[in-house]
Amino acid sequence: MAITTMIGAKIHRREDPRLVTGHGRFIDDMTRPGMAHMTVVRSPYAHAKIKSIDPSAAKKAPGVQAVYTFADFKDHIAGGLPVSASFVAEKKQVPNQFPIAHDEVVYQGEPVAVVLADTRYQAADAASLVQVEYEPLPAVMDIEKAMEKGSPTVHSGAPDNIGWDLTYSPDSEEAWKDAEVRVKERILQQRLFPIAIETRGVVAEYDRYDKRLTLWSSTQIPHFVRLFVGTACGLAESQVRVIAGPDVGGGFGSKIRPYVEEYLSVVASKLSGRPVKWIEGRSENLTATTHGRGQIFDIEAGAKKDGTLVALKVTQYLDVGAYQGVFGAFQAVACLLSGGAYKWKHIAARTVGILTNKTSTDPYRGAGRPEATHLVERAMDLLAREIGMDPVDVRRKNFATEFPFTNNFGLVYDSGNYEKALDKALELANYKDLRREQEALRKQGRYLGIGLSTWIEICGLGPSAATAPAAGVALVESSQVRIHPTGGVTVYVGTHSHGQSHDTTFAQIVADTLGVPYDSIEMRHGDTAEGPAMGYGTYGSRSLAVGGMSIRMSCLKVIDKAKRLAAHILEAAEDDVTFDQGRFHVKGSPEKAKTLGEIAFASYGAGLPEGMEQGLEAVSYFDPPNFTWPFGAHIAVVEVDPETGDVDLRKYIAVDDCGNVINPMVVDGQIVGGIAQGIAQALYEEVVYDDESGQLRSGSLTDYMIPTANEMPEFVLDKTITPSPTNELGVKGIGEAGTIAASVAVINAIVDAVSPFGIKHVDMPASPDRLWKQIQTARGTSHDGKEARK
Amino acid sequence: MKHKVATTVNGHPQEHEVEPRLLLVHYLRDVVGLTGTHIGCDTSQCGACTILVDGKAVKSCTMFAVQAEGRNLSTIEGLAQDGQLHPLQQAFWDEHGLQCGYCTPGFIMAASYLLSQNPNPTDDEIRKGLEGNLCRCTGYVNIVKSVRAAARAMDGAAVKSGERAAAKRS
Repeated sequence: MAITTMIGAKIHRREDPRLVTGHGRFIDDMTRPGMAHMTVVRSPYAHAKIKSIDPSAAKKAPGVQAVYTFADFKDHIAGGLPVSASFVAEKKQVPNQFPIAHDEVVYQGEPVAVVLADTRYQAADAASLVQVEYEPLPAVMDIEKAMEKGSPTVHSGAPDNIGWDLTYSPDSEEAWKDAEVRVKERILQQRLFPIAIETRGVVAEYDRYDKRLTLWSSTQIPHFVRLFVGTACGLAESQVRVIAGPDVGGGFGSKIRPYVEEYLSVVASKLSGRPVKWIEGRSENLTATTHGRGQIFDIEAGAKKDGTLVALKVTQYLDVGAYQGVFGAFQAVACLLSGGAYKWKHIAARTVGILTNKTSTDPYRGAGRPEATHLVERAMDLLAREIGMDPVDVRRKNFATEFPFTNNFGLVYDSGNYEKALDKALELANYKDLRREQEALRKQGRYLGIGLSTWIEICGLGPSAATAPAAGVALVESSQVRIHPTGGVTVYVGTHSHGQSHDTTFAQIVADTLGVPYDSIEMRHGDTAEGPAMGYGTYGSRSLAVGGMSIRMSCLKVIDKAKRLAAHILEAAEDDVTFDQGRFHVKGSPEKAKTLGEIAFASYGAGLPEGMEQGLEAVSYFDPPNFTWPFGAHIAVVEVDPETGDVDLRKYIAVDDCGNVINPMVVDGQIVGGIAQGIAQALYEEVVYDDESGQLRSGSLTDYMIPTANEMPEFVLDKTITPSPTNELGVKGIGEAGTIAASVAVINAIVDAVSPFGIKHVDMPASPDRLWKQIQTARGTSHDGKEARK
Repeated sequence: MKHKVATTVNGHPQEHEVEPRLLLVHYLRDVVGLTGTHIGCDTSQCGACTILVDGKAVKSCTMFAVQAEGRNLSTIEGLAQDGQLHPLQQAFWDEHGLQCGYCTPGFIMAASYLLSQNPNPTDDEIRKGLEGNLCRCTGYVNIVKSVRAAARAMDGAAVKSGERAAAKRS
């Protein structure tokens, strides 16, 4: 048995030396001989007919090679962007998204033409010279109005604006009969910009003579880009090499789908005979890259007077945007996880996807799980208040305690100890002292609030039985482990690292499994020309639980072959040979050992056992038997100033459990970064469109508040460790945990703070102006002030 | 019409002919060929393009290249000396002050200016000093830690070199 030395250790990242010295290689750092720069001319309207496009002035501008429109692309791209089933197998309406508009634009930012020029400044100049004549049409912006009969439609000629309408489980009167207390609420999940600090970008280089395409793209999913973009552009996978990055500056879900500019740049390169580069500007990014959230939830929850949960009813109204997101229906998972960490007798859930004349929504860090956590943790507090119980006690009374736990939708939570995490968080927060302080401060007219979020999530996507029907291909993961003749190790994995530190953490797993020096391991990812035929990318906190396991499998296959060869060389029966920390020896004779490196060298030589081929390498695909189910308990402490509506986030306590930990430094980094995005949603960020004109009002970073270092509270982190039984590493996933947990911890704290005014619910973002209005209205009317938000 | 612009970048003299409208950040990246200075927005919010102009932190998307005539420009590529990481670079590595690494050059350059003005900042002063830079990965906690650690290391280095100077004198 190998002694674990690397797994669990705080190893500093091998990614960092290049990144801290300015030697990372991001997409805009890439240049190719003869490269042209592409600019995309986009619709300024949310909805309009295109009456004419006149590219003549643009074509005459200095440095311009070409202006292409729909007519140039139509015969070179088959079909449109893919739309996965995700959690909604049957959709009512899936408008085809061709990468460039034909005669109608349906969201602000939709491409109508592209310009190729020698320099990026020339391309930008010429783009402004493309004359497009539009006839504006009514814009469908509000999802409630969009559902009304007789509403204008997002796409001309469409029957209505319903993308999907699926009831997972119906309501039942019988289920509510024990509910002595019932609470109802409407909960808003505002639209968000994901904002990876590196925008998207592409370099497409089509070689007409070899008929090969190389596509560099800032993406989380190079193999899927090859599959979808290559195929649509008439290229077999063998003709296409997609390289993600090589460095990718953040993703947060916004880079997990093929994008129109990938198709357009590939065809532009084919047509022009030049490598084509397109780099998204930030303001462009705000309409061209998918948004997150954009949902309304109507919830009703019922409990007995002693706090025992009875029934929950959830309706999700999801703003799909103008086209169904490639994985947009994944967000409906919010319904399936709406029960959270608790036992319910019945949950009724329905999801409705509504088309609007806006940018598509697609997964953004957490994707459906922050929404589920938000609604159920709000429901816990609403019930606690109605019953007059401490929010801690309502949670404690209803936690799932026996694992595996099957929730109301048949999903099986693999392991957990929710109460332990909660206890630890309460202790770290000094919860009882905080309650005493709250009471004392209220007497002085100060409003302290304490908010809980005992969150769970589904991650580690995913078992083939569940993911193949949802995504088309099973979202398993591949790897290849090669031991070179002199013992060095190269590992290729189909996940993609863009901040997640895989080159470090995966090498830690390899070092322990193979018993070789950490520095002898090279980690590779993000290039479809390397490794196994298919890689599945990084999203849904899957990389470690699926990709890490695949790497472990490949390592074990290599050890298995090496062991047979070692037995042959040591002239022993295979069963008598032991592998221990990178060395093979006959049981009882550790002094006569052969290292894995020595066996590797021998494996490329002569005199192998009969029937054994040369070489020492292995490929594996890991298909997990279940999802993994991390959990934790977060506590936010705020003070609200009722005179200004300002929220002072004083302290944030997070106790998380992601199973076994490979590198605690990396785990803590993921948690804090995730919490920051949850806090950002709770307090600061909101995509705002004008309901009449359809214009994006938060159209640059000047108008969209991303928190800075000033806005972050004091963090206290801790963990419990409940290994996952789903995989042999015992790991779960931590990439999205913070975001899933945080928004509702903050909002519950704010509601707790302002509860003396009769306020029962506060929507996001809880900006000072809105909160102030809500408090003022509530004070004036003894009403809870909700209408003040409108 | 192109204009001559002569600058010094990381100690090396540069002379180019550029369009007057060329942004300094594009000059550094596309003309001088130093791609460590990144671009994260188009409204001067994100600070990814922060460099030092005559020792002062500047978002290089807010200046034209021609305005840098005769100036000393320092970019992330010039920080490490003789293969030795600058204490700030070392501290960002040690304290896990970066994840995707895209905003990192801007943060390190902004922090280097901060420490040149205030060698021993409090955490609040660090946060305030870096409010012109956005990071989406880290939640800033480890960035603040990194700058604090670098300040300590640089202070230590200053004390040590002071000691060495004193030893030489005696």
